[in-house]
Amino acid sequence: MGLIVPPPAPDSEEMLELTSPNWVTTRLDFLANWARSNSLWPMPFGTACCAIEYMATAASRFDLARFGMERQSFSPRQADVLICAGRLPFKLAPVIRRIWDQMPQPKWAISMGACASTGGIFDTYAMVQGIDTIIPVDVYVPGCPPRPEGLLYGILMLQKKIMAESMTDPSLRVEHLVQADGLFRRPEQIDEVSEPFGNSVHQMRTG
Amino acid sequence: MTAVATPLEGAAATVDAMRAAFGDSIGRTSQFAGQQVVSLAAERAHEILAWLQSDPEQRFDYLTDITAVEYRDAERPLEVVYQLRSLARRVDLRLKIALDPDGPLAVATVTDIWKGAEWLEREVWDMFGVTFRGHGDLRRILMWEGYSEGHPLRKSFPLRGHRSRAEQTRQALAANPEAHYSLEELSIADAYQELPADMRARLAARERGETP
Repeated sequence: MGLIVPPPAPDSEEMLELTSPNWVTTRLDFLANWARSNSLWPMPFGTACCAIEYMATAASRFDLARFGMERQSFSPRQADVLICAGRLPFKLAPVIRRIWDQMPQPKWAISMGACASTGGIFDTYAMVQGIDTIIPVDVYVPGCPPRPEGLLYGILMLQKKIMAESMTDPSLRVEHLVQADGLFRRPEQIDEVSEPFGNSVHQMRTG
Repeated sequence: MTAVATPLEGAAATVDAMRAAFGDSIGRTSQFAGQQVVSLAAERAHEILAWLQSDPEQRFDYLTDITAVEYRDAERPLEVVYQLRSLARRVDLRLKIALDPDGPLAVATVTDIWKGAEWLEREVWDMFGVTFRGHGDLRRILMWEGYSEGHPLRKSFPLRGHRSRAEQTRQALAANPEAHYSLEELSIADAYQELPADMRARLAARERGETP
């Protein structure tokens, strides 16, 4: 027999053993995740009052730099985490989508505040009802606006999430692009998450 | 002109002068919350506004705002509101033109009188659908170019818009974010090809175009 050993069949026991997490990959995972989670470069997408709280979070008293976010990235091409701080009108939907597409993998998104997460009090013709109908979101920070502690807690949650990632999971770094029908999610999903809730069910003024 | 004691008296003097000069074209007048309100006939509104700006006695040199009001009471007309100020005389004047909400909403532009009216009239067009005859570049300013649901501040417009959220999201994502730049900026931007055909034609002809 020659020196070249044919690879095992794709779904064989042997292949599964080779590609499933083992000591080396888990150690490498830990190293990569530790490095990534402690050097997140945020891309601030501030549109409203949440951005004021974000600025407070980044300033000296709350000091975002303690968590490895020393450098605010104002270019999406050098950013790891998109922080949407504030409401997102439909007019800005293609803008945040383009910024998200410009960010290189690995990348994450934080939806900061009630309006970015659900549309908040703005259940109107002009407002996106949650940015997760436009881009994938990792962490939602509730509040109107959230206090800096709230955003910091969301960032710590994101760091925890990154620490649990594994390089053997091929689904993590898949780009979720806008589909051929022009939508990021299925239309019935968008309609369902955009339904009125709470006080806004009473805003049925039509004529 | 003699010195006027208070701004409101100055405005009242203006109303008297308007009545003397234009007669029946001046409608109901009232004073409310320190503001002098005057109704104008739509046909002569442009002439009256030009006179207010240029007459040496009036000198309303600053156009504070143009907006429109539609009332929930269906009997009441839709009103286009001009808020004027004379910086020299320190007098404010509010002028209203009543329009039938069911008829064609159209008034003459005042961009030839106050250049600053350009964006204000675009906003009223965008939100209420009032056409300003003679405006050189009447297109949307708050909603994006190509927004297809109508004029959002009309009472007939549902609060959440006409279409489903999914359809609104699809149309919003399909919009080119650069398509709301000015015509000059657009002539060099990628968004040029995404413009409506009539606007491309206006650009190609190097002109600001005709108003609808």
